[in-house]
Amino acid sequence: MAILVIAEHDNKLLKPGVTNTIAAATAMGGDITVLVAGHQCGDAAQAAASVAGVSKVLLCDAPHYAGAGAENMAALVLGIADKYTHIVAPATGFGKNFMPRVAAMLDVQQISEISAVEAPDTFVRPIYAGNALATVQSKDKIKVVTVRATGFDAAGAGAAAPVESLAPVADTGLSTFKGRELSKSDRPELTAARIIVSGGRGMGSADNFKILEALADKLGAAVGASRAAVDSGFVPNDYQVGQTGKIVAPELYFAIGISGAIQHLAGMKDSKVIVAINKDPEAPIFSVADYWLVEDLFKAVPELTAEL
Amino acid sequence: MKVLVTVKRVIDPYVKVRVKSDGSGVETANVKMTMNPFCEIAVEQAVRMKEAGVVTEILVVSIGAQQCQETLRTAMAMGADRGILVETGDEVQPLAVAKVLKAIVAKESPGLVIMGKQAIDDDCNQSGQMLAGLLGWPQAAFISSIAVNGDTADVTREIDGGLEKLTIKLPAVVTSDLRLNEPRYVTLPNIMKAKKKPLEVIKPDALGVDTAPRLVTLKVQEPPKRGSGVKVADVKELVSKLKTEAKVI
Repeated sequence: MAILVIAEHDNKLLKPGVTNTIAAATAMGGDITVLVAGHQCGDAAQAAASVAGVSKVLLCDAPHYAGAGAENMAALVLGIADKYTHIVAPATGFGKNFMPRVAAMLDVQQISEISAVEAPDTFVRPIYAGNALATVQSKDKIKVVTVRATGFDAAGAGAAAPVESLAPVADTGLSTFKGRELSKSDRPELTAARIIVSGGRGMGSADNFKILEALADKLGAAVGASRAAVDSGFVPNDYQVGQTGKIVAPELYFAIGISGAIQHLAGMKDSKVIVAINKDPEAPIFSVADYWLVEDLFKAVPELTAEL
Repeated sequence: MKVLVTVKRVIDPYVKVRVKSDGSGVETANVKMTMNPFCEIAVEQAVRMKEAGVVTEILVVSIGAQQCQETLRTAMAMGADRGILVETGDEVQPLAVAKVLKAIVAKESPGLVIMGKQAIDDDCNQSGQMLAGLLGWPQAAFISSIAVNGDTADVTREIDGGLEKLTIKLPAVVTSDLRLNEPRYVTLPNIMKAKKKPLEVIKPDALGVDTAPRLVTLKVQEPPKRGSGVKVADVKELVSKLKTEAKVI
């Protein structure tokens, strides 16, 4: 068996989730090759070469891989796909974008967001916002799989794999990358944070998120939000934790002014410790919380920030 | 320009799903069904583009049981012009969905396909990207805006950590994210009007597509339950528990 892991990176470092994806690949069993494609991403390839379990890194460096556009990424992966039994990527915005395209072009039914590996062809994946877990077996000759990072402990350092260069495939020209507007923040990324402070509709306004930010800064935490808070325009969509946003599992998760809709619970219920603060004693969020406090958040949050 | 929009009939996202006791799936009998929320956003986008004069005709397609006709009627009440139901009682996985849609695209030649980014039942997030791959068309998944300029479209995609801007050639496949728009409510007069709009029912065989599943579901289980938590009286007690009991701060 030979497994190709496609790495998400920022040219210098691997993105959070890639080492978990390599751990998932290790659980599938087989020789692991990591593909690092991008523009001026040699450092990221070196970073990949040091992850435990990796036996080879393929570095493909060309300007048209800079934005990791789906059309060019798929064309590149397709060119080498027949050497592998498994093609694996993190189930992040990166992997979700091009992996189904790869699968379709290989005539393979992708297995999305696996949370466990049962056998090289059998995987567990959450469905219905994590309200059920399906165990599925693939009959395809190549398994195309995306990995939910929170299901696997990150692989550590330990390898010194060789880095080989891979020739780029011609630009498909179907799509032109025009740029990115990234939210600027000194806080950790949601998917990598040890502590997350999330707010919901109960926050009432964008301005009120400042009290959560103060708490987050005191704790060195990331700030997240429920879909209701995003829908209400309090915060940008990339703050969203939930079925259709980010899936997180930090050591400590604060759900503040969040009622606990199914779709939000789907994104955070694997957190190690969950704290919920809500003035509604009947809020469904309390059913998943380890500690809950029935109190007005506008009183409790500043008090909490002061107390820490 | 003709637009093809897809709609999936799913269990209402606000219903608590129950796993069947035999582990074969989730209970769907006598459960409230609705249009997948992301498909609703896709339909709304097509209707707004028609209202803006960019789109001339909206074809809406669904794949599934006979009851999907209701979902198509809802899309037509929102403003779609006609519907096609590819009727089957069997499970249709995303690759097969993409193949069925490819066959319909070949017959209908739309200039743009708008789909929801994800169905909230199987949470696969695949069909749009797969259709683009099978057609060899550009794709823009998870869009929060789209502006058509002749034979290209400027799109904004929701990515981890922010937004990405692309210009894609048309025809293309795009999939809707949450902030693309807020779908309208259907009105009674429009529901009545939608009943008169054309709705064609065809079988997957008629399109020459093999829809046999590639993934076998071995079992479906309830997720593990979290242990019951503790109610704390005030902030002081919370901080003390986090420090001494949970030891996370």
